[in-house]
Amino acid sequence: MILIQGNEAVAQGALAAGVRFFGGYPITPSTEIAESMAKLLPKYGGTFIQMEDEIASMGVILGASLAGKKVLTASSGPGISLKQELIGYAAAAEIPCVIVNVQRVGPSTGQPTAPSQGDVMQARWGTHGDHSIIALSPWSVREAFELTVKAVNCAERFRTPVILLMDEIVGHLRENVNLPTENEIEIYPRRKPKKTRAEGYQPYAPDEDLVPNIANFGEGYHIHVTGLIHDETGFPVGSPKVTADSIRRMHEKISKDIIEVQTEFIDDAEFAVLAYGGTARTAYQAVLDARAKGVKVGFIRLVTVWPFADEFLFDISKKLKSIIVTELNYGQIVGEVQRAVKGNCEVKLCAKYDMTIFEPEEIEEKIFAETK
Amino acid sequence: MKSEFTLKLDRCKGCGICVNFCPKKVLALDTLGKVYVAHPEDCIACGQCELRCPDYAIFVDKIKEATSQGTENKG
Amino acid sequence: MTERSYEKYFRQNRLPHLWCPGCGNGIAMKAIVQAIENKGWTQDNTVIVSGIGCSSRASGYMDFDTLHTAHGRAIPFATGIKLSKPNLNVVVITGDGDCTAIGGNHFIHGCRRNINLNVILFNNDIYGMTGGQASPMTPLGKKATTAPYGSIDRPFDACNLAQAAGATFVARSTAFHVQHLVKMIQESFDNTGFSFVEALVQCPTAYGRKNRMAEPAKMLQWMKDNAVMKNVWDKLPEEKKIGEKFPIGLFYNSESETYDVAYKKVIQAAGGIAK
Repeated sequence: MILIQGNEAVAQGALAAGVRFFGGYPITPSTEIAESMAKLLPKYGGTFIQMEDEIASMGVILGASLAGKKVLTASSGPGISLKQELIGYAAAAEIPCVIVNVQRVGPSTGQPTAPSQGDVMQARWGTHGDHSIIALSPWSVREAFELTVKAVNCAERFRTPVILLMDEIVGHLRENVNLPTENEIEIYPRRKPKKTRAEGYQPYAPDEDLVPNIANFGEGYHIHVTGLIHDETGFPVGSPKVTADSIRRMHEKISKDIIEVQTEFIDDAEFAVLAYGGTARTAYQAVLDARAKGVKVGFIRLVTVWPFADEFLFDISKKLKSIIVTELNYGQIVGEVQRAVKGNCEVKLCAKYDMTIFEPEEIEEKIFAETK
Repeated sequence: MKSEFTLKLDRCKGCGICVNFCPKKVLALDTLGKVYVAHPEDCIACGQCELRCPDYAIFVDKIKEATSQGTENKG
Repeated sequence: MTERSYEKYFRQNRLPHLWCPGCGNGIAMKAIVQAIENKGWTQDNTVIVSGIGCSSRASGYMDFDTLHTAHGRAIPFATGIKLSKPNLNVVVITGDGDCTAIGGNHFIHGCRRNINLNVILFNNDIYGMTGGQASPMTPLGKKATTAPYGSIDRPFDACNLAQAAGATFVARSTAFHVQHLVKMIQESFDNTGFSFVEALVQCPTAYGRKNRMAEPAKMLQWMKDNAVMKNVWDKLPEEKKIGEKFPIGLFYNSESETYDVAYKKVIQAAGGIAK
């Protein structure tokens, strides 16, 4: 049992998952991740580098990933905005990487460094153009560790950028935790080419799971990597078919089996509260309090935020009168829930964006309003 | 001294750099704008054309008289 | 004829390249592979990293592991590669806009950290790919589509910038002085540290046509007429360093601990095991 902070658990999780390269730039409330990595990475023979800005931090980890390292960077709103350019590059060139966003109030410099969940749509659509993305949002210190491992594994399995969507609540939360031991952790290794050059190896030819087995630099494959739309050879082509195929594959390669949703008290629930990340802690307390008073309210927590749990929410909404979406922003995920339930139930918003976190009573108020 | 030209015309874009820097005015551009060897007998195989060709389209090699005659005899 | 030995460093199925007739990028790209060949680096232990722009298309023609990054970002990517696999030789190909405008910050910090990279800047004085806009290296008074009355922006001297920022090797040559250019690049490879070579290349299409030098050969002639070898330049009295004259040659060469070597000490201090 150790007492650690969410941000420190991210660093521990990254190391356990095999991350051996970190590039970063200081920004509150994410800095402890960089500081932990600066201290710990060299102990594992890994490399930490503080770059000149957030763009360079993304660039340096993508270079390291192409050279075969598992990589991580961490930042908060203003820095994440800068990283968008190369998050898109990582999506286009299919480079595994994990970006931690410890969210704070925005836009711009915003309210440093009060908690917020205002970057949840940015996580999905922050970089330009159609692209796929994975975003995971932990609600506890132990889960910060576990989801960092999952994020690294997803990045490697799908060769895609993965965003670990933290918030200041979980990032700076200290808990007494038992972290998973080495043999409790599954690690997805770097994908390897299945053909030699002589056998006609094509770096961007998709495997059966639609993900290409791109060689690391320095292994003799002479591959070309570009952010231009490219065919299986990796070279750019101005073809409508290649463009459409490439964008379609980028979306379809992200398997739905990574979508994780936690539910509690859902069997007898007449309606439910939906939350994610740090806010889910307060929402859960509100649900417990309401149930103690006999209210049949369920609890839904999105662990995987992107890809969105469309099918799950569609199915579960058939038996619910309403879903109250609780989020620390002006209302972002609520629109996605509305889209997913396709009119099966009412979707209500419980939003907060005043730089303070929810009190259970604020959510209970919404819960009791549903019982009237 | 004789010289042998190799032209990779699919690479030639007709920029005229080789024509301009040839000290003996051996080269010219044809009506399609590609390089051709107009006066091979004047070539001194200095290699200025090859040196600055941005498209790697022209190559000039020195060949010994004997070899050159040998080639001619075959023809 | 015997096929030129440097041809093996090109992806033959990608040639001819996309550069305009008379563009100097082809000359500089050949100079790089010749320097690689002379240096004895192999296609398996050398990585080419480029940014975005005309110059940066070079990576696609070169038969190595090649990385065509985003605009201005070649040096951070190259840094990640070098620090992860220090045994790889990492060559960065960049342009004047790529390196000194959008990538300016990465450039000076790459120099400052002394990452063991070899950066070759193809300086054509202009943004070619987008059709001839002024760059931070467009000379004063020269015309560009975004400087239709002549540029009033004071240009960077990228060599001075690199040296001031901490590069351990700094040189300049031109597409006219081909053998000299190969020599400068090769010497930059010999230097262990952040090496920088500025290769002046002609852009007849976007720069030349706007500045009364539409003929590629005229632009090369201009380089011949105005480039002054460093040793001669140093002896010139100030009043003779006039007009468009500029120095070429080796400006700076030193040795200093590179970042990857310094980091090994960090690993040691942390009690870690080196990779």
